[in-house]
Amino acid sequence: MKPVDTVESHPLDLSRRGFLALAGPGLFIFFGVERVSAYQEPARLPQRQMYPSDFNAYLRIGADGRVACFAGKVELGQGPATALAQLLAEELDVAYDSVDMVLGDTDLCPYDMGTFGSMCIPLFSPALRGAAAEARAVLLEMAGEKLQAPAGRLEVKKGVVTDPSTGNRVTYAQLVEGKRIERHLEKVPLKPVKDFTIAAHPARRKDALDKVTGKAKYAGDFQLPGMLHARLVRPPAHGAKLKSADTSAAEKIGARVVREGDFIAVLHERPDLADRALGLVKAEFDRPAPGADDKTIFDHLLKTAPPFQPAGRPTGDVAEGEKASAAIVERTYLNSYVSHAPMETHTATANIENGKVTVWASTQAPFSVKPAVAQAIGFAPENVRIIAPYVGGGFGGKSGAPQAVEAARLAKATGKAVQVMWNRAEEFFYDTFRPAAVAKIRSGLSSAGKIVFWDGMVVGAGEREAYPFYDIPNKRTVSAGGWQGGNPPGMHPFAVGPWRAPSVNTNTFARESHIDTLAAKVGADPLEFRLNHLSDARLRRVLEAAAKQFGWKAGKAPSGRGVGVACGVYSNACVATMAEVAVNKSSGHVQVKRIVSALDVGWTVNPDGMRQQMEGAITMGLGYALAEEVHFNGGEVLDRNFDSYQLPRFSWLPKIETVLIDNPEVAPLGGGEPPIIAMGAVLANAIYDATGARVLQLPMTPERIVAAL
Amino acid sequence: MERTIAFTLNGKATSVKTDDGRMLLWVLRSDLGLTGTKFGCGEALCGACTVIVDKQAVRSCSTPVADVAGKNVMTIEGLGQNGLHAIQRAFAEHHAFQCGYCTSGMILNAYALLLKTPKPTRAQIAAHMEDNLCRCGAHVRILDAVEQAAGAARGGV
Repeated sequence: MKPVDTVESHPLDLSRRGFLALAGPGLFIFFGVERVSAYQEPARLPQRQMYPSDFNAYLRIGADGRVACFAGKVELGQGPATALAQLLAEELDVAYDSVDMVLGDTDLCPYDMGTFGSMCIPLFSPALRGAAAEARAVLLEMAGEKLQAPAGRLEVKKGVVTDPSTGNRVTYAQLVEGKRIERHLEKVPLKPVKDFTIAAHPARRKDALDKVTGKAKYAGDFQLPGMLHARLVRPPAHGAKLKSADTSAAEKIGARVVREGDFIAVLHERPDLADRALGLVKAEFDRPAPGADDKTIFDHLLKTAPPFQPAGRPTGDVAEGEKASAAIVERTYLNSYVSHAPMETHTATANIENGKVTVWASTQAPFSVKPAVAQAIGFAPENVRIIAPYVGGGFGGKSGAPQAVEAARLAKATGKAVQVMWNRAEEFFYDTFRPAAVAKIRSGLSSAGKIVFWDGMVVGAGEREAYPFYDIPNKRTVSAGGWQGGNPPGMHPFAVGPWRAPSVNTNTFARESHIDTLAAKVGADPLEFRLNHLSDARLRRVLEAAAKQFGWKAGKAPSGRGVGVACGVYSNACVATMAEVAVNKSSGHVQVKRIVSALDVGWTVNPDGMRQQMEGAITMGLGYALAEEVHFNGGEVLDRNFDSYQLPRFSWLPKIETVLIDNPEVAPLGGGEPPIIAMGAVLANAIYDATGARVLQLPMTPERIVAAL
Repeated sequence: MERTIAFTLNGKATSVKTDDGRMLLWVLRSDLGLTGTKFGCGEALCGACTVIVDKQAVRSCSTPVADVAGKNVMTIEGLGQNGLHAIQRAFAEHHAFQCGYCTSGMILNAYALLLKTPKPTRAQIAAHMEDNLCRCGAHVRILDAVEQAAGAARGGV
């Protein structure tokens, strides 16, 4: 990596005027819709628009030679600003440092459903690459005319086209300056990956300088003249109804009050004084009858779940498998609600000017927030602009943005710019938690030690990856309820939603814990037992790669060494993780000493970025595996801050080793989510190997470990 | 109580007329427009709001502005005013951040450590950084960056 002082910073002027100046002498090229259609996001989510066919939607070449890249994706920390810039620079043949990223702005960027599901790379980047390749081909054609040379003879490097026969040169900026070009080229091939010099190589993050200097602007860092900070009256529990509210004391200290039914806000020019004013509001609520709590929730889920649906296509006949079994093993696995807990709470700053509202919002899906804001304040969608600036973590928890609606409503009501920054208690209260879940697996082993049937059911988590990829002649899985919504009212006491690799953390924990239980039952080495039931070449390869790096020595668990293995699949990415732990048998404390993770996400756009995601996922995964659990009593969320809700800390860190499988046969996949999926199971398996205690519930707190011992 | 509080902020004499019970974080962000210091938890539990007051790392969300009267306050905007500081450079080179929201606090907490302990061991760095939370999991790279910065900054931070 180059030293950082070579990093250049070119902040874009994103004012309307600055943008027009940038866009003015742009390049207008169109390509066929049919090619783009192959790049569309999957049809499983509603109200989807396809990526535009207008080339100009993705990039502009400025008169100064700088290239602006437009994408509806959001920089949450996972690195799209860097990876997409690499791909654009690569296909267009311009310098990486000449690319400026414009992300998450509904006025400037092409529509995008949202930044989730590890979809930036597999589903958006092909559209971007196609646009850049097309632009390059058109520019070469134009250069050929300018230099009076056949386009095929020309060479291009860093935005400069050269005719090697004559030495004549022309830059992209010179070609497009002052011109409006509409050209259409069919079937422009993408650059072969083997020729890449920018993508498929580590890159300096585009956001590095902004973030180490404090210049990076998040939604709360937009401070407008006369802006008011709003704090809202919140219920003490989900389901509580406002009876009365007296805001007079808040008004006495200079706060402005907005009341629209149950929507009550106090506003002040200083955020902390708005907070003080909120403390003076006397609000009374009718509390709902107490419901399930964090201990009774699992029975409650089983009672309230909707009907089961098949998860995966059944194979063979489970009843036949049961007859052929020499031993039957049935286990039930639980996991608790888990919070996203991003360091930046939900925040929005709204400003109305000339009948148009602009909202800077911490959200993963600005294009979904736009219609929500439009509807809430009665504006036409074209008069709503949502900008997701730098966002301080999302992990699925910022898929919506209710705070943007709150800020917009208050801006409309007060006629002032308004900022809403949730406090930490609100962040926990309104979080869309990873659902608590129950997974039950019943399975059988033949006398030869092979799995002959697998009968699985999962309630609450969702169906993804519940169906085992292992070679088992008779298998079926069913699922009821999930993170996607559509759960019966009252099933969950609060909102649930996608949490980094939704469904798959829970289902991987259950499956991989169970596989280890079966391996132990027949006295087999857990790695060998997996390989004996696995014909998928990519999964076998990640397991073998992890084992090589780890130095896995075959043995029957529990061996006392505290080693474990687990593997899984997420959106076609394959991961295998190995762990070494030390368990204090009297306190139940687990120190994770070492994690090795091998990942196959095809070829990687930014190998260093992928390692950042792997390290981050492994570290975050320690939390849900060992400590993170939302405590609640009915609709009252008892965790309100980081004193009771524990995030992973520096002292928890294992030695982390990441292995990237270079797989040129698979187009690059997203890496934000896959590396976290095996963390629950690999630690459960390592704890079992250390102690002989099988912990069946996440998180594996010291109390649960001691109880299992 | 409303009064004028004078202190040095990023090397410059500064005074603010305000209720002296207000927390420094909000005075910095709202009254003085320095938004590099972040709100994370409001109860000194996460470290996102860390600033330097007279060479000590403090949690500005829980420090009344009255407490900094006459003192030297440095925020992320004040570090590396003349080019990147070694810690900032190391954070950038190691990509010791992802979302970046905890980064100002991480860098300033590390700065306080290196003022006191110029050559910390990795264990000392981890112990000093323990109560600064990072949800993205950049911890390993943060330790790498602070180690590098300590090496580069010999002769004083």
